[in-house]
Amino acid sequence: MLFLNDPINFISGWLRGLLTGWGLPGGLMTVIIYFIGITVLIVFAMTLDILLVWVERKVVARFQDRLGPNRIGPFGLIQPFADIIKLIIKEDITPAGADKLLYNMGPVLAIASVIVLWAILPLSAKIFGVDLNVAVLYLVAAGALGTLSIIVGGWASNNKYALLGAFRMVANMISYEIPMVVALLIPTILANTMSVQGITQAQSGMWFAILSPLALIIFLISAIAELGRSPFDLNEAESEIVAGFHIEYTGMKFGLFYAGELLHAFTFGGFIAVLFFGGYGGFFGLEKIGFFSWLNNPFVQAVVFLAKAMFGYWVIMWIKYSMPRIRIDHMLGFNWKFLTPLALVVLVNTAILSKVLVGLPNWGYVLGMLFSNIVIGFITVEILRAYGRKQRKAEAKPAPQSAHNQEQAA
Amino acid sequence: MQNEWLYIGIFLVIGIIVPIVPLVFSRLVAPRKPNPIKQSTYECGIETVGDSWVQFKAQYYIFALVFLVFDVETVFLFPWALSLKQLPLFVVMEGVLFIAILVTGLVYAWRKGMLEWA
Repeated sequence: MLFLNDPINFISGWLRGLLTGWGLPGGLMTVIIYFIGITVLIVFAMTLDILLVWVERKVVARFQDRLGPNRIGPFGLIQPFADIIKLIIKEDITPAGADKLLYNMGPVLAIASVIVLWAILPLSAKIFGVDLNVAVLYLVAAGALGTLSIIVGGWASNNKYALLGAFRMVANMISYEIPMVVALLIPTILANTMSVQGITQAQSGMWFAILSPLALIIFLISAIAELGRSPFDLNEAESEIVAGFHIEYTGMKFGLFYAGELLHAFTFGGFIAVLFFGGYGGFFGLEKIGFFSWLNNPFVQAVVFLAKAMFGYWVIMWIKYSMPRIRIDHMLGFNWKFLTPLALVVLVNTAILSKVLVGLPNWGYVLGMLFSNIVIGFITVEILRAYGRKQRKAEAKPAPQSAHNQEQAA
Repeated sequence: MQNEWLYIGIFLVIGIIVPIVPLVFSRLVAPRKPNPIKQSTYECGIETVGDSWVQFKAQYYIFALVFLVFDVETVFLFPWALSLKQLPLFVVMEGVLFIAILVTGLVYAWRKGMLEWA
């Protein structure tokens, strides 16, 4: 019963007792217990990653009206394992003139940058790596590490396409880091803490997705851009630069980039769940009623969290397979002229309203926040529509004239 | 507090070891028969001309400069956001003023035509 209520403390307490019996000093014991716990967590993440390959291939197949993998095992579930075997026994070709150290570092960093994010991912109130009090900043820092892996890999390949891919990734990063950080400030303000556990618990009554839907949208867009997924997959645009940064990678090194991208997308789905959808909790107070007290069980919470993360991952996939790639200058313009000002407006709005509405009862606070977000969203859409109308008018006017000129010239 | 960062440190070390394992395994199992044609740089079948590490024109370098300014200044917003609940409205408005100065910088760069693809 104790194991079901608090598995981590149960096992670590048991291990501590065992190791004390062996006469190990306390410091070493802590390191060993951390080591075992981290290994279990990472093995879980990597197993999930293998399953994600299957999920991704199956879902994209359905989007494109195909069947997807269905030959090996039930529903093709064994397919990713067959893929891994194939990737491992493929020859690993290092291009001539590549910077060997950095070339090998790229794929390793791609996986490592995602795995370190799992250290702060709260699977449930009792099952989590560590509850940092600067978790939000840690998320931004580890995300930048993933970008670094792409830049390093692209630069070290000694290939012009790969270098172009790396260059575009830099453009991607300088576009989307600012809206992402500003969007992260909003859960911080609403929860009054940067720790992921604190943010989760602050949402037990009301999701931040309802308090500030605009922040959710901004964070989702910038997360997709940070992942380098379509519509922001400029760094590997197949029709322009073949495969971008991983053009020279073969065998398992390519596999690591691919696996890293999928796990990164899932992890960001998890962070969207934590920051905006209440993470493992967020049942609107349902778990306080005696009948639903089983919702507080750590394993149930972990299942709820993984389901929410999978939903976020699915939305990211949905966007990836429905949107065409956007041009690089449009991407920079979209960020600097639209997303950044909007993010700053939402931030100011949240800061002032959380101060002004503090005296109101809970429903007034929620309605005020939601209503202000809807008003800002409406004004934004109206400004965009007016701009679009102006653009179309400007395009429509000179067009017949120039056609006339050409006729005369002919 | 120290234990937390010890945990992160161990996590980082194992996180780097985990992706190295399949690479080492692949090294042991996979065939290795390098030859100059196989190792040549891929450029859609055309032979490579010149070095790859040439100077590209990064057309977005002005964006990068604006980005640097913003990136540093958003860090200052985190302490303000964290202590928002305790602060009086007047101090909150000072933070808003800080953001307004940021926006003024953005508007200036925009009006100067720096946010155009050069």
